[in-house]
Amino acid sequence: MNFFIEVLVGGLLAGVMYSLVALGFVLIYKASGVFNFAQGAMVFFAALTFVSLLERNWNFWLALLVTLAVMVVLGVAIERVVLRPLVNQAPITLFMATIGLTFVLEGLSQLVWGSQPHGLELGIPDVPMEWLSQRWNINISQFDLFAAFLAGLLVAALALFFQKTRIGRALRAVADDHQAALAVGIPLQHIWAIVWAVAGFVALVAGLIWGVRNGVQYALTFVALKALPVLLIGGFESIPGAIIGGLIIGASEKLAEVYIGPYVGGGVESWFAYVLALAFLLVRPQGLFGEKIIDRV
Amino acid sequence: MTDTQLQDPPRARHIGEVVLSVEDVSLAFGGVKALSEVSFDVREHEVRAIIGPNGAGKSSMLNVINGVYHPQQGTIRLKGRTFHDMVSHVSAAMGIARTFQNIALFKGMTVLDNIMTGRNLKMRCNFLQQALWLGPARREEVAHRRAVEEIIDFLEIQHIRKTPVGRLPYGLQKRVELARALAAEPTLLLLDEPMAGMNLEEKQDMCRFVLEVNDHYGTTIILIEHDMGVVMDISDRVVVLDYGRKIADGTPDEVRRNQKVIDAYLGVVE
Amino acid sequence: MLYREAGQFKSTYVEDQQIFPIRQDRIAVVLTLAFAFLVVPLIANQYWLSAILTPFLIFSLAALGLNILTGYAGQLSLGTAAFMAVGAFMAYNFELRFPTWWPVLGSFALAGLCAAAVGVLFGLPSLRIKGFYLAVATLACQFFVLWALQKFGWFSNYSSSGVIAAQKVVVFGIDIDTPETRYFFTLAVVAVMALLAKNLMRSETGRAFMAVRDMDVAASVIGIPMMKTKLLAFAISSFYCGVAGALYAYTYLGTVEPEAFNLDLSFRILFMIIIGGVGSILGSFLGAGFIILLPIFLSVASGGISHTFDVEISHAVISNVELIIFGSLIVFFLIVEPHGLARLWQIAKEKLRLWPFPH
Repeated sequence: MNFFIEVLVGGLLAGVMYSLVALGFVLIYKASGVFNFAQGAMVFFAALTFVSLLERNWNFWLALLVTLAVMVVLGVAIERVVLRPLVNQAPITLFMATIGLTFVLEGLSQLVWGSQPHGLELGIPDVPMEWLSQRWNINISQFDLFAAFLAGLLVAALALFFQKTRIGRALRAVADDHQAALAVGIPLQHIWAIVWAVAGFVALVAGLIWGVRNGVQYALTFVALKALPVLLIGGFESIPGAIIGGLIIGASEKLAEVYIGPYVGGGVESWFAYVLALAFLLVRPQGLFGEKIIDRV
Repeated sequence: MTDTQLQDPPRARHIGEVVLSVEDVSLAFGGVKALSEVSFDVREHEVRAIIGPNGAGKSSMLNVINGVYHPQQGTIRLKGRTFHDMVSHVSAAMGIARTFQNIALFKGMTVLDNIMTGRNLKMRCNFLQQALWLGPARREEVAHRRAVEEIIDFLEIQHIRKTPVGRLPYGLQKRVELARALAAEPTLLLLDEPMAGMNLEEKQDMCRFVLEVNDHYGTTIILIEHDMGVVMDISDRVVVLDYGRKIADGTPDEVRRNQKVIDAYLGVVE
Repeated sequence: MLYREAGQFKSTYVEDQQIFPIRQDRIAVVLTLAFAFLVVPLIANQYWLSAILTPFLIFSLAALGLNILTGYAGQLSLGTAAFMAVGAFMAYNFELRFPTWWPVLGSFALAGLCAAAVGVLFGLPSLRIKGFYLAVATLACQFFVLWALQKFGWFSNYSSSGVIAAQKVVVFGIDIDTPETRYFFTLAVVAVMALLAKNLMRSETGRAFMAVRDMDVAASVIGIPMMKTKLLAFAISSFYCGVAGALYAYTYLGTVEPEAFNLDLSFRILFMIIIGGVGSILGSFLGAGFIILLPIFLSVASGGISHTFDVEISHAVISNVELIIFGSLIVFFLIVEPHGLARLWQIAKEKLRLWPFPH
């Protein structure tokens, strides 16, 4: 039983990490209707930049700030160079453009910073919490808890931002209907720049967390792929959906690996999330919190 | 009411029995009631108009008949069969074709290809025969092409048959949509504002086409239209909807004099 | 002037429906085929045949398959490589387990059918979900199939490494074991399948696919069956990708492991159809050619730069630059010419109508 709890909680916490990446997707989708496949590459780029600066003995907070600035600039640049010319195209075209963007970012990251893997330390050890492991024989990493806490903070901040602030309201208006937003005077370009900047920030946070966990290496871009089932389950436009979807995926993936894995020779983790999301979609095509699409003819 | 007035053409076919009847249909989207307990019938060979202010539920009614929307309540009786829930390909198989308010043409294809898709239910060859371009596939394609060309001639769109549909002006697109609906050789034709956005000349042409279709092919027509001159001239009976409810049902003259209709929609009629 | 079609009247529907109605097109196609079949084997060296032309044909076939599904039927798929993998491994197993008189083409066809079956299975979700939801669902196919091929030893005949070695192939009595014979065999298969695809896309099936792509609600209102059409698109597309996968194993790589059919390959093929032109048979070939030739061009160019400026350009740099160029080209094409090289080709032909006159 303890083992089950350990696996479950481990899975939930891993799920939180997926959610962090998924949040970036949701932000951009909510505000511009674009499914940004390049989010994973952004996570990678952010993490790589930060780590490389640290390795050149930059001050931690300075490096963080500079990386953040870089991500913001990157976001604005993406919006201007890639998205603006494609503004009225079908969503599928925009999606494919972000796939192209992924490759550009991957190549650029490695061209600038090199392609060796880097380790990353944030000061919080990846060791089990002592009182839990001693009292109940459950091993839960301190770092995972920290990540969960951070994610919770981020979600709360974003939720507040969208609901309570003027800019948040403008973002929701833009997400709903570009033309209408323009008609009431919302500056579309500024809004999108803000959104991509925020997404860049989220990518940075996700990049840091994942970087500590898995090291900062090329494989980090594929983390984005894992966020996709999260979005399918949670709905593409929902921040709570990203969290809950992440938890579901994280938990079920770990449980599947542990309990089903032995029967089929292991490696279940590589596809379980996707198949689960697929099955889920068949029952509820718009995800848990997504909006039902009604085709008006 | 003068310019679009046409001479009453002699009806080649007499109006027959009830071929479609809609009973107590109610449709709601979330909290919005699009239709509330609407009932009316349509007789064979007639031209039935549905009129009413914007948002009255006219397009929704057509969508229900067609199987695009599924009503929460009510039945549709079509050619003796009863449906609580029409499915779109069943309606197509039973001979219903339609045009849409916002033009539902396949923008990536030419005019000719669009109209040919209207023949799909009549095509029998399977994909293997088509891939190998065997005799039957070839013959079938030519035969249907011939039928489609007749419609193209009828609607006078020969000059644009190879043009991608996305490039055509609005009026011509509407005509192509009508052609596609006709290609299916329907027994019941649903036209959703076929003359919207057209100038006088285009409207006259479209009127002529609609009447020709009704005369020549005997197709029963249900027509949503805002131009009252057109409605009064070419329809046999009229249903008036307002806020999802039926407020009048009868001949054009009866409807025109109905006080409720005047209050809700027509205003003072010249 | 070269391309003037004035004077070429069609007086019957049959003539109008020919596969290449314009005489210049027909001549061009015949010439190209003649060149490909007769001239190329004589003038091309081994390297070109085995490292460039043969994979070009194979990828064109895979791109063609993906184009049928994504370009014509509008169902975005990121699992192309998985279907190729099924084709490759099943062809291997059929060759392995069937009696020796069983022809190779039969194995390939059966392998294609297996891929088609997998395609239909993973295409079922398309009945409920669309767009990038569907794309993500196809990722399930990609990862699951690869995992299954690695995990279940039966597929690789219980070899310890999971690698299969393609058996020697004999077609109509000829051994397919030299670059020339491999090239011919691939060319023949690809040419025939391309012809079949062109016929299919011109006919009612193709129209139904495009109708589903453009507006599926309207399509179902006019009677086109959604389920049958979408699943047929998945089936045919996967069949093509499966055969391409089998060719990949038998006439190009020789030895194959599941990892060769990873997500990266799926993306590559998607790029081929984006750059070449979605919804175009010709585009599949153009895109494949482009993607094959670009790395070669880059390494030649970097070699040139290395020599001229006397700098060392490492492989890592080249491959990263390749990524950047690929990505930028994708974005570029999507912005400037979403219909890809095929459309540019069409525009060039339009210009040829007038050239050398200005108007």
